[in-house]
Amino acid sequence: MNIVPMMRPRRLGKVNVPTVTLAHGGGGKAMKDLIDDVFVEAFDNATLAPLEDQARFDLADIAAHGDRLAFTTDSFVVDPLIFPGGDIGKLAVCGTVNDLAVGGARPLYLSCAVIIEEGVTIELLRQIARSMAETRAGQGCQIVTGDTKVVHKGACDKLFITTTGIGVIPDSRVLGAHLARPGDVVLVNGLLGDHGAAILGARGDMALETPIDSDCACLHELIEALLAASPNARTLRDATRGGLATVLNEIAAASEVTIEIDETHTPIREEVKGFCEILGLDPLYLANEGKIVAVVPADEAKAALAAMLAHPLGAGASAIGTVNEGEPGRVTMRTGFGGRRIVDMLVGEQLPRIC
Amino acid sequence: MCLGIPGRIVKIDDEARKLATVDVSGVKRQVNIACIVNDEHPVASCVGEWVLIHVGFAMSRIDAQEAAETLKILTELGEAQAEIEAMRRPRRRLGGQRHEIYR
Amino acid sequence: MKYIDEFRDREKAAVLIKEIEALVSTIPLAKERPLNIMEVCGGHTHSIFRYGIEGMLPKEIDLVHGPGCPVCVLPMGRVDDCVAIAERPEVIFTTFGDAMRVPGSKKSLMQAKADGADIRMVYSPMDALTIARMNPDREIVFFGLGFETTMPSTALTILQAASEGVTNFSVFCNHITIVPTLKAILESPDLHLDGFLGPGHVSMVIGTAPYEFIARFYKKPMVVAGFEPLDVLQSIWMVLKQIKEGRADIENQYARVVPDDGNAAALSAVAEVYELREFFEWRGLGSIDHSGVRLREPYARFDAERRFALPNVTIADPTACQCGEVLKGMIKPWQCKLFGAACTPETPLGALMVSAEGACSAYYQYGSLKAERAGAI
Repeated sequence: MNIVPMMRPRRLGKVNVPTVTLAHGGGGKAMKDLIDDVFVEAFDNATLAPLEDQARFDLADIAAHGDRLAFTTDSFVVDPLIFPGGDIGKLAVCGTVNDLAVGGARPLYLSCAVIIEEGVTIELLRQIARSMAETRAGQGCQIVTGDTKVVHKGACDKLFITTTGIGVIPDSRVLGAHLARPGDVVLVNGLLGDHGAAILGARGDMALETPIDSDCACLHELIEALLAASPNARTLRDATRGGLATVLNEIAAASEVTIEIDETHTPIREEVKGFCEILGLDPLYLANEGKIVAVVPADEAKAALAAMLAHPLGAGASAIGTVNEGEPGRVTMRTGFGGRRIVDMLVGEQLPRIC
Repeated sequence: MCLGIPGRIVKIDDEARKLATVDVSGVKRQVNIACIVNDEHPVASCVGEWVLIHVGFAMSRIDAQEAAETLKILTELGEAQAEIEAMRRPRRRLGGQRHEIYR
Repeated sequence: MKYIDEFRDREKAAVLIKEIEALVSTIPLAKERPLNIMEVCGGHTHSIFRYGIEGMLPKEIDLVHGPGCPVCVLPMGRVDDCVAIAERPEVIFTTFGDAMRVPGSKKSLMQAKADGADIRMVYSPMDALTIARMNPDREIVFFGLGFETTMPSTALTILQAASEGVTNFSVFCNHITIVPTLKAILESPDLHLDGFLGPGHVSMVIGTAPYEFIARFYKKPMVVAGFEPLDVLQSIWMVLKQIKEGRADIENQYARVVPDDGNAAALSAVAEVYELREFFEWRGLGSIDHSGVRLREPYARFDAERRFALPNVTIADPTACQCGEVLKGMIKPWQCKLFGAACTPETPLGALMVSAEGACSAYYQYGSLKAERAGAI
């Protein structure tokens, strides 16, 4: 049963000025026009269109997908808003979709709350909203509710977006950072560090010209393929802020195991290596927005890797290491040079260095 | 102390101010090349050269021959070790038959 | 990557390790106590940890991580001066990322930035000059720090600013020199160093001649070393050969980058712009004569120390701190009373915990496999 009452499609408002002003956050016609013109137009779906104060779902529809709800939220603040390989809108959709998907959930609904600094152009907002719509298109997942606030110049940096997601976990799927066991194999779905390098490069502070694109992508289809091949997969995590190293440390700590990775099997593109050499950064700690770390039982590792390799977003997949008994929470790396070192959590963020 | 990285000069940007673009694995950056040019090596001659870059300055021209020499020493060490290893191994299987190669 | 990948070759490393093991077994001293080889430069310390080199070496070799991290040895008083300059409303303070987290007596530059100071990280002093050109109504101060490697870049930037007539750019000069510091370490009576890995990138500027005294007067071998892991291993092997043959020479493993005479253009820029200070304060090592430089009189207008009134207060190192002993190789980082307890990378007390290149921080961060091995023996 569809709870959303059938209503005649209303005419959408239009914004006829070039930039956002505080008037667009005032709750009046200007705000309604902005929401219509930018968001309703781009997101184009029946649940959002009535602009009720909440989106309404049929419980039975949701329950058909599985036996548990997954619920997550994430805020996105990125400078610059548009960067090689993506923009803040694409990031806001992918980030929340991936946070649902690594729990084994099928993403169904997203919210989108924006905080806009006065002076931002309407065209930029339209572009970012279109990007969000394109990113979620074909994902079986809709942006069904949202909020818009406008703040004084300087009160935020151009545009902040918060997305919240609801998904459903199919019966019998159990994934968790605490489930890695000695003997398991650690996989990644491709080249690491692209997003972090692309953003640092695009910011321009270091005056580096890089050909690196962000890897920003929605991974739930890849994850479905992976879980079909490896039904007993233990842990999935997206390696976002803090990079591969941080995620491995979290898994090793939660599962009370040691993880050892092999540098020669850890895929990093030459340009990212060069970028890191110049600034003295370690690519293991650079952010990714389209990469997962998967821990799977050894007897399913081959099938899991093959499933990832068969998917376009897993073309660079690799088995990078193993879970071992040993000091709980420790992550080590066999270096390509033949040595062994500890891969620890970062204390703060990585800063470019000269020495 | 003193992070330095090899890069190749791909373009002269400003001959008077001695600025050039270097390429490090596809990442490009403008650097100052004042320290590696002189009458014998004018600015224009630097394109294609490998240099050691530190904080946006090319500080040394990398000597390909010296680099090869350094590696050659290591290669020769490796060969010498391999020979010694081979001599220590008394027998080797060849075509399924045992041959006494070394006594 | 050319000139990098070939110097990270695993097979050649295995060959070198065998050679090193064979050499060590023929050195009688190594049977009495470990051979202490100091890498002077923090860049080497970083390579040693990043590639796990310590764990590959025979246990008869102990690497002592020297004073060559300019960020670690920066005294608290100088950081306070930086903060005082940076907090002036007209100033844009520019710095390498390394210096952001170094604690002053009240706050670091990172904290000052959070409190509202306009502090910007740059990759190059040239970028600081660019910021000065773009902001003619602001005062742009560049935090000049580093050894001889970095000195010429700051000097050339000042010369460029002078030739362009830029008036809103100055440098807070904290450049330091390595040779007086090596002398101070060699003079220390309780020293047990058997050889040195020389700082490769300092040497590409100053050449190899300034180290001659180490061989001649102190009879210690030194090999100027590159920074890739094979460079480090090969240099250790070369030091061991000298020990075995009873020689003390200055050798150059890094000849692809280091000419024996150094870099004439860089040295003349340095000579033009700087003069030696009578002494300079080092965190962990105290005051060392002639170990720092300042701007010469003709460049006074580019000198932030003369341009701004500075607190210029000397802040004593914490008394319990044993950085000096670690630097000289007398104790290992984890033998310090404060290590990992009062002194951690989040709340560093001593110099060596401050930067990722400091020996203590490196042990803490990368975990001390070596310490465990030592503990297990």
